Amino acid sequence: MKREEEAMESKNILVIDGNEYAFDPGETILEVARRNGIDIPTLCWMKRASPTGACRVCVVEVEGARNLVASCAAPAAPNMVVRTQTPAVMRARRLNIELLLASGQHNCLVQDLDMDSWTDSQLRSMETKEHHDLCPAYGDCRLQELAIKYQVRGCRFAPLDVRHEIETVNPFIVRDLSRCILCGRCVQACNEIQVNNAISFGYRGTRAKIVAKGDRALKDSDCVFCGECVQACPVGALVLTQDMDGNGRVKGETKLVRTTCSYCGVGCQMYLHVRKGRIVRVTGVEGVGPNHGSLCVKGRFGYHFVHDPERLKTPLIRENGTFREATWEEALTVVAEKLNRIKKADGPDAIAVLASARITNEENYVAQKFTRAVIGTNNVDHCARL
Amino acid sequence: MTNPIEDIEKANVILITGSNTTENHPVLSSFVKRAVTRKGAKLIVVDPRRIPIVNFASCWLRQNLGTDVAWINGMMHVIIKEGLYDEAYVESRTVGLEDLKKAVERYTPEYVEKVSGIPKEDLVAAARLYASAKAASILYAMGITQHICGTDNVKSLANLAMLCGNVGIEGGGVNPLRGQNNVQGACDMGSLPDVFTGYQRVADPALREKMAKAWGVKSLPEKPGITVMEMMDSAHEGKLKGLYIIGENPLLSDPDLKHARASLDKLDFLVVQDIFLTETARVADVVLPSTSFAEKDGTFTNTERKVQRIRKAVDPPGEAREDWKILCDLSARMGYPMNYGNVEAVMAEIREVTPSYCGINYERLEREGIHWPCPGTEHPGTPCLHVDQFSCGLGVFHAIEWVPPAEVPDQHYPLYLTTGRVLYQYHTGTMTMKSDGLNELAPECFVEISPADARKYGLGDGEKIKVSSRRGEIEAKARISDKAVDGTVFVPFHYAEGAANELTNTALDPVALIPELKVCAVRIEKV
Repeated sequence: MKREEEAMESKNILVIDGNEYAFDPGETILEVARRNGIDIPTLCWMKRASPTGACRVCVVEVEGARNLVASCAAPAAPNMVVRTQTPAVMRARRLNIELLLASGQHNCLVQDLDMDSWTDSQLRSMETKEHHDLCPAYGDCRLQELAIKYQVRGCRFAPLDVRHEIETVNPFIVRDLSRCILCGRCVQACNEIQVNNAISFGYRGTRAKIVAKGDRALKDSDCVFCGECVQACPVGALVLTQDMDGNGRVKGETKLVRTTCSYCGVGCQMYLHVRKGRIVRVTGVEGVGPNHGSLCVKGRFGYHFVHDPERLKTPLIRENGTFREATWEEALTVVAEKLNRIKKADGPDAIAVLASARITNEENYVAQKFTRAVIGTNNVDHCARL
Repeated sequence: MTNPIEDIEKANVILITGSNTTENHPVLSSFVKRAVTRKGAKLIVVDPRRIPIVNFASCWLRQNLGTDVAWINGMMHVIIKEGLYDEAYVESRTVGLEDLKKAVERYTPEYVEKVSGIPKEDLVAAARLYASAKAASILYAMGITQHICGTDNVKSLANLAMLCGNVGIEGGGVNPLRGQNNVQGACDMGSLPDVFTGYQRVADPALREKMAKAWGVKSLPEKPGITVMEMMDSAHEGKLKGLYIIGENPLLSDPDLKHARASLDKLDFLVVQDIFLTETARVADVVLPSTSFAEKDGTFTNTERKVQRIRKAVDPPGEAREDWKILCDLSARMGYPMNYGNVEAVMAEIREVTPSYCGINYERLEREGIHWPCPGTEHPGTPCLHVDQFSCGLGVFHAIEWVPPAEVPDQHYPLYLTTGRVLYQYHTGTMTMKSDGLNELAPECFVEISPADARKYGLGDGEKIKVSSRRGEIEAKARISDKAVDGTVFVPFHYAEGAANELTNTALDPVALIPELKVCAVRIEKV
């Protein structure tokens, strides 16, 4: 282990939960812990962005420190002794989660829960009439997940009556800031990752909220709808319009298929979310290049063409000036005969093939092989020049 | 790209020219923006339009259309005169400096200002900034290549990069940004008239013999074929009789659409294989339905030469078939069976005949792609090219002279026209225009015009105008914007209704045979 050896030399070692770990200068406590498989929960922390320490869910105990320390922002130091699971840590995390839940409309029934069992409360939520305006992130919410994990129940704090009008006046993103916990991940995603600088923190105190261009709708701001903020939002404040139907989020199992975007040449890695044979959502693949989770508006929202009713479904043959549907057998026979006839009459160089920058490598390979070996000409090109 | 995308964040200076990066390569542009805002890099943008990335630039040069060789030579003139070039690098890794010196001698900042309109002090500042960088990255796109001097433009950028020792180093490079997902792969696979896979020349008898043997045929044609633009001309002249088009829409993307339509009309036989009935498919004799990227397995090679997997997620509609299967079926009918069990078998053959793809297989691509050249399965791939030496040995400086565009404004056509894309649409719109949300944000064609020109013609924002060139005319709404420079209008080429390419010029770069889509002369009038 090169890192270990170097660390021993330079004494870059700290202790977490009784074990020694080497660290690189500049690494935070959180990074060292995560690298070594030690679980510290986070909400606002975001890979590739500078830590803000806003949510304080990642607090740990550091020997000699007066208060608990936000591990996402605190750099590891030689001989530091860190504890991640003490009663004080657990109490603080639970308190912070409770405060976040009380900070807005989080009606996943965590707030007024006074029973012992989560399952009971979930069952009860399904039965109530109010179920229809359940948070659209229900079941896919980092805050809810943490509330369950830390068994936050009852509510010591009266929820703030934060009400913001739900913004739906753009084609892609639904903003419900009454569900926002002001973790700042969307702001980081917009300003530090995509650097579109379209949103920021606005107002002060209890009026604080995320604003776009002096508190305007996204469509009237500098937003370019890359959707990075939605992918970053840990709660139900930012959701995709496409995920909503009249009754909140569209439910159902999806299968994730990893692939490469088919628009520009950057080659972003993406997941196609597939349900019942249809793509219902696209997200960026985190932790791998070239895009590390980022996508643009076309990659994230421009997938409808795949299932468009105008897609060609059968071969077409022109007859008397109009197209008629044909079988593959017919169509391929016509093409083979015509090409053979031209080849015989005018030579192979009277035929050309335009392959494509849109099809795969394998298909391009077959296309040029077909042109050269079967037709017998080098007349093959594609749209690189256009 | 000579360098990987992630290198952009390692550059001290980034020079972007002929690329509207934030709209055409949005995710890549975030690397540039992060380099500037978080890593302290300096950005030079050379572009006539006030494109969004200009907001991040510390130096913006607004050149006249088609004067790129002039300003690049001008920057080199300053760098050489002030002794700012990388002598050790030039000495050990390049040849031809004396020729270059001679060629750029007359490109004084004063002369360049006259030709390009770039104020001389700005040119000098940009030259000093570029030369001051430990590592400087050049990013360019079609704004550099789609000119009659496109090849010269690229060579000039290569001259500049080599002069300052920026090729073959981390954070440096000469980096073309590819506009289509697999344009790199299509070139790599030999979908070009003069080369087989991996740029192996068809003119080389040994390579022809190697490929003939691999493919089990007696011989292969030795004469290099014709390019896309030549195909159109050849059809127009009646020499080309049959054309087989896969996944392309030349009746919207080719320059001078009137000429393109007339050319396709003269063919005896046109086959179009596509996923939609495009403008081009509508005039075909036979249309074959193929699959989209979401309906098949395979690989794409991105702009940084990284070979990456695509995977089948959904079934194709109706009887649509994968492009390779259609071609194999057809091939069998024409007496040459191609029996591949699946695409992996095709990749196996590609590896066999292509040294630069030799080490690439699906197993290795499972988690992350690999940059070619990758000569063996133990080889990690090559993110950065030309590290210790150029692939051809020494880097050669080319002495290049500026030539004006093929068509310049005159009294009949007093304005320049340049074309490009917008953020919310893609190429000929076949795909993006199927998403309502994207159409809502970019619904129709427009003519971007500067406030001063709008005043001159008495135009209001949103007013319908006619734009005509020597080749055709279109109508679209005026969009008055300070993105536009005085004397030049911009029209996106996505829209069939108001197709910019009715106007564009077919004049070609003599080497690459790329048409001058970025410059022509037009006039505008109220409708």
